[in-house]
Amino acid sequence: MSETPAPILVEAIGLTKFFNIGRGQIVHAVDNVSLQVHEREIVGLVGETGSGKSTLGKALIGLHDKTSGSVRYRGQTLPLKYRPEDFREQAKRAQMIFQDPYSSLNPRMTVGEIIGEGLKLKSSTCANDVREQVAEWLRRVGLEPDHMSRYPHEFSGGQRQRIGIARALIMGPEFVVCDEPISALDVSVQAQVINLLDDLKASMGLTLLFIAHDLSMVRYVSDRVAVMYLGSLVEIGPANKVFFEPKHPYTQLLVGSNPEPDPRTEHRRRSTLIKGEIPSPINVPAGCRFANRCPHVMDVCRQVTPILHVPKDETVSDRQVACHLY
Amino acid sequence: MSERDVVLEVEDLKVEFDTYGGIVHAVRGVSFQVRQGETLAIVGESGCGKSVTMQSIMGLIPMPPGRITSGTAMYRGQDLIRNKYLGGRDIRGSAIGMVFQDPMTSLNPTMTIGDQIAETLQVHRGFSKSQALARAVELIAMVRIPDAAKRASQYPFEFSGGMLQRSMIAMSLACEPSILIADEPTTALDVTIQAQILDLLMDLQKEKGMAIVLITHDLGVVARMADDVMVMYAGEIVESGTIDDVFYRGAHPYTMGLRAAMPSRELGARQRLTPIDGSPPDLFSPPSGCGYFARCPQAMRMCQAQHPYLMSVGTAHHSRCWLQHPDSTRQVPGLSIPHLGSVPVQS
Repeated sequence: MSETPAPILVEAIGLTKFFNIGRGQIVHAVDNVSLQVHEREIVGLVGETGSGKSTLGKALIGLHDKTSGSVRYRGQTLPLKYRPEDFREQAKRAQMIFQDPYSSLNPRMTVGEIIGEGLKLKSSTCANDVREQVAEWLRRVGLEPDHMSRYPHEFSGGQRQRIGIARALIMGPEFVVCDEPISALDVSVQAQVINLLDDLKASMGLTLLFIAHDLSMVRYVSDRVAVMYLGSLVEIGPANKVFFEPKHPYTQLLVGSNPEPDPRTEHRRRSTLIKGEIPSPINVPAGCRFANRCPHVMDVCRQVTPILHVPKDETVSDRQVACHLY
Repeated sequence: MSERDVVLEVEDLKVEFDTYGGIVHAVRGVSFQVRQGETLAIVGESGCGKSVTMQSIMGLIPMPPGRITSGTAMYRGQDLIRNKYLGGRDIRGSAIGMVFQDPMTSLNPTMTIGDQIAETLQVHRGFSKSQALARAVELIAMVRIPDAAKRASQYPFEFSGGMLQRSMIAMSLACEPSILIADEPTTALDVTIQAQILDLLMDLQKEKGMAIVLITHDLGVVARMADDVMVMYAGEIVESGTIDDVFYRGAHPYTMGLRAAMPSRELGARQRLTPIDGSPPDLFSPPSGCGYFARCPQAMRMCQAQHPYLMSVGTAHHSRCWLQHPDSTRQVPGLSIPHLGSVPVQS
């Protein structure tokens, strides 16, 4: 939403990730997604389970090999499949914070080992240095330096997520993919973690891809929001615009299903319009992927795959929708 | 608040667990009523005792290590804590149905969905196998799963999460219970599927007139479903009242804190959330004063020493907070949450 567009940090061009699950079946997890993330921007990524949000996030930082398409980082094209040296290089620039603070920390490692492990990639750091940096990071995420010798099971969910954040940020990355970082946490703790991320983003100048299914939180956190459905982007634009004036029928239904903590709003709400469930990404039909659930479906939708474009009636060209209605 | 029949009345329920670390006082004196045809929402963070409260009434906590040290739960003139059988029949699964949080792990993976629903009817209603199966198909259709007959012969792994939760609901409604306990029924589901399940529950409630006890941590779900709300913290009820009381005339700092910790529609993007600092108290040795004392922005000296009782702040609206005491000179917390605007507090 900034006036002068910041330079593009990460860019996906026609990024595609298929999983071959045998017997000739192919899961179209991410299909031809193009996305630009500008420096110091927070892009929210929303969509239902199975829409490909996490796969896209992982493919962007090389945790998944790419089937086709490319990812550019500061204009430099990254390899389709990372070699060990690519990981070593990229780990210093791009990091990931995982969803489940229970399963994403190795229970056999101490917190100090977990947080400090990445620093081994930087050849110059000696053991003392690592200890000092880990202690510093424990303080920065609101824990105590003497927690270093404890194990993950001694911490609560919120504290573990702080450990996960420290592990990612100790590398001094520019780009961080946050994959549902707060979904497993209680409301009061969610706000603590969000505010912590906010502070660290400001002090380190981070660029974030914030994956979540809590729409209210995504709107609050993000500058722009991208909506995914069955492996492709259906709408992208400024967070408030996507949330308050959604264009794509799927975005409208998604926003319309999101319960607001306000009884008067909820009592006025019509019953749910969206029928059915997200179809299997294995045999994706031709045309628009949302066609069989869409209340506004037209003949063209079943034949021609819509591409992301600026809607005709839009005065400012900061939003794109993949729908034949616009 | 309406004057509908009370179907379940719980008085002073206390539950403890023996653990290696000592005794956990999970539920510390909880009393409430469930009315016919209405939805009572129990809200709170993990570990506040909301699930244990309902599970102990249903006799679903393992004893030992669990122990109900006091309390009664009156259902049709009978105390469920002492006797789970009514007219020789177990009330669990018949008069009171239960829907659990995680449908993927609550269903038996080795039985077909139809058989699992039919089993309830065979056990509680004495249906023959074929009668029960026929009814199971009707129930599957009732929860709006298309192609019910075919679906009944399928196994849980062939269902999506939303359909599994529908199957759980079909199973819990098989014996037409007068109370349905739904423990985080939509937490594991996407918002679109969540909306469908909540609609289904509301429609079925209208049709059958059953009471729903909804256990959740999601205030959005509460706003949508509940008639009455009970906010739990550290094993106690800290606030209870009608939905409007709790949302618009909140009278406990914890309730207000929960609201302020969530992004609201009006909140601008760069306005910070107000988290509740710290974490809930240790229930091995619950504090002698107010359980929320250590995290409360409005805490007073007496809150640490004196345990507050549930004070009446309106018709059927209660708050366990010394600020609500008639002699309190302090402002009521509702007035000081910036982005919620000023909320008039009933006196």
